[in-house]
Amino acid sequence: MHKLYWLRLLRIGVSVFFLILTSLIFLDPAQWIPQWVTSAVVWPQFTPSVLKFTVSAGLVAAGFILFTLLAFLFGRVYCSSVCPIGTLQDVISWLRKRLFKQKPLKYAPPQNLLRYLLLALVVISFIFGTSLLVNLLDPYSNFGRIMSNLVRPVFLAGGNGLATLLEKYDIFWMPKSSFKAFDATSIGFASGFILLISWMSFVRGRLFCNTICPVGSLLGLFSRFSIFKISLDKVACNSCGHCSKVCKAQCIDVKSKEVDFSRCIACYNCLDACPSDGVLLSLKRDPHLLISEHGNSDQNKDRRTILKAVMLISAFVSARAFATRVTGGEKPTEIPEDKNNFASPPGSFGHDHFNKNCTACHLCISVCPTHVLQPSFLQYGMHGLMQPYMDYHSGFCNFDCTLCSDICPTGAILPILPEKKKLEQIGIAKFIEKNCVVYTDNTDCGACSEHCPTKAVDMVPYKDGLTIPLVDEKICIGCGACEYACPTKPYRAIFVEGNLLHIQAEVPVHEEIIIEKTEEDFPF
Amino acid sequence: MKRRDFLVNSVSAGLVTGAAVGFGDVASLAAATLQVKNDWDLVAVRDGEPEVMFDRAIASLGGMSKYVKKGQKVVVKPNIGWDVSPERAGNTNPKLVGRIVKHCLDAGASEVYVFDNTCDAWNLCYKNSGIEKAVKDNGGKIVPGNTESYYKAIQIPKGKSLKDAKVHELILNSDVFINVPVLKHHSSASVSLAMKNLMGIVWDRRYWHRNDLHQCIADLVTWRKPTLNVIDGYRVMMRNGPRGVSEADVVTMKQLIVSADIVAADAAAALIFGSKPEDIPHIRIAHEMKLGNMQLDKLKINRIKI
Repeated sequence: MHKLYWLRLLRIGVSVFFLILTSLIFLDPAQWIPQWVTSAVVWPQFTPSVLKFTVSAGLVAAGFILFTLLAFLFGRVYCSSVCPIGTLQDVISWLRKRLFKQKPLKYAPPQNLLRYLLLALVVISFIFGTSLLVNLLDPYSNFGRIMSNLVRPVFLAGGNGLATLLEKYDIFWMPKSSFKAFDATSIGFASGFILLISWMSFVRGRLFCNTICPVGSLLGLFSRFSIFKISLDKVACNSCGHCSKVCKAQCIDVKSKEVDFSRCIACYNCLDACPSDGVLLSLKRDPHLLISEHGNSDQNKDRRTILKAVMLISAFVSARAFATRVTGGEKPTEIPEDKNNFASPPGSFGHDHFNKNCTACHLCISVCPTHVLQPSFLQYGMHGLMQPYMDYHSGFCNFDCTLCSDICPTGAILPILPEKKKLEQIGIAKFIEKNCVVYTDNTDCGACSEHCPTKAVDMVPYKDGLTIPLVDEKICIGCGACEYACPTKPYRAIFVEGNLLHIQAEVPVHEEIIIEKTEEDFPF
Repeated sequence: MKRRDFLVNSVSAGLVTGAAVGFGDVASLAAATLQVKNDWDLVAVRDGEPEVMFDRAIASLGGMSKYVKKGQKVVVKPNIGWDVSPERAGNTNPKLVGRIVKHCLDAGASEVYVFDNTCDAWNLCYKNSGIEKAVKDNGGKIVPGNTESYYKAIQIPKGKSLKDAKVHELILNSDVFINVPVLKHHSSASVSLAMKNLMGIVWDRRYWHRNDLHQCIADLVTWRKPTLNVIDGYRVMMRNGPRGVSEADVVTMKQLIVSADIVAADAAAALIFGSKPEDIPHIRIAHEMKLGNMQLDKLKINRIKI
């Protein structure tokens, strides 16, 4: 037995532990997992941590530094410990081994052009202001989307089944949950991605990590200069090939007794497999270090036309806009909501910052207690594909809640104190009088004002003793409670126009209530 | 103070403190009065803590055992609509809810359930209103109402605007239904009271807002009247309702109304708030539909000051 055989066991233990935890934070049905646990679990994730570091350097964003240092010491430790996509592929490979008799893996030449070209494209496109490629290729974010869009609905349905069963025995601790995030783009992309990595890992082990994954390629660049490297002992190795058969990265060439350490994902299977102590984990120094840098740039795009097209399409396609609304005998409203911009979540400063730093991992979508955060299609334009936006037909932003900002791993939504959040204006309510029930039916409604946490939407005298909404834009924070509650259809009588740049709303001022001398008796 | 009030108040107090024996002649006289006169249509209590006011009110109505029989299932429906603290008075006072749960269990209820179809996120409302804890501490069961699957379709044949609705299954499955709203200002319905609180037992509220809100509020009462209505007027939100903006909207009034007549209860609470019952459309409509009586001078009212 190799003296370092325990490294493999340690790797398996850590990776399974992180895979389970990372899955659970996306599946939690009712905010049972404390926020600090969620933050701790996502802390080591590489891409989110890099992005967070660019907006708020500090220990909370130092996960990538740890794994960069580890890469210069021991190679791509990230890929075989905390990367959930890495472990997921290992599970698939393991199943293949268990269920199907197939030839073991063998050495394959590197696809350097492909992987470094993709890495370059990701870095360059990010520097030039779009995080789209990062979003599409980052392993953690893809794992998040798989969990949030594919596994979560199944998990919640199972939970609801259990809840129904428990109810029969008068037990109510398990709440039922509704799942609202059915977004074709995100579901389609997540499905495509899981099919891709399933196929790749089924036939070629960690092929994805060594061709497509930008984190793998970047850490691979670092690990070329690792101090401790896996290598074959030219003397002790008898080229039996045991190590090569268990190498998921297909990077051990037993003929030439060379190991391509830039592709090694530090799984340590080889150490355990070698019968003659021919595989070494040994000290090799290399003075050349390479550091990659990220810059910032601003971009401003006119997305009006795209947004309008999106809204029209979603009006037709989105069944949920109508599904929740039982039809009555009422007239449909006629004036479309003229929304030019959707709001980005509080704590994200505005579209530019948010679009640039969000990797669309959908963790915030999974933890949002009101389901207001939903995966976007083109609501932000192409460069914000699948990033969450404030969907006020699905929910509204809870006044006292700052959960998304507390758990966002990339710093796209930065932590915001509740008192500051309650004044952060992410959009402004716009009232369409001719769609309003009070105008069309001459009856009381006021659902919008009821839900408004700042009373920016107030009911003012109209006629025949009725009241009608009036918006005070200065104290409106754009939480969308009014738009969510508005009962008219298909178009609402009040909607939130998102702010491209968030600003601070004014503090609602109300005079003190002067209590008349308390009556001693009852008024009846 | 009227003589009758004095006697009954004394007896109520006596029942609560268990000191009735010491009253001698007065007690026996009052006990006789009580037998004849304790069929109050409405009890109004003021100037006490929530639990104490409810103890006095329910005692004067003959105790909770008059409404809850041994082995019955009870559903208590407070207002838990908002993610706000008890001091904001957006939700029913947790102490009052807890006390009602305790009275029901003491009367022999097999289960006491508490739920609401909240406006803000349900789990935050349940927690931050203090009601979840109060219910559990007193032995009741807090039940979610956050997904449509909890709600079952019903017909409302006597409804004018509201002909059908989906109602929480607990309302259908429970023997006793205690409605516990909080008295507060309301931007849509002028004042939020007992009838308005019943919007929290149905799933689709938007329909009500689209189809003559006040008529719909009255229509649901034609389907089922709560066994008892307890209106919490301990802290009263005087403006910016139903959610409220800050504690500055709240005045501590220390009032409580209890009645089986939902229209009478709402009329009395409206007067405490400072509105005329006939000015609140849904109270007027419900009165005209003979769902209860808003003319308080026609009712037997027990007025208790603590």
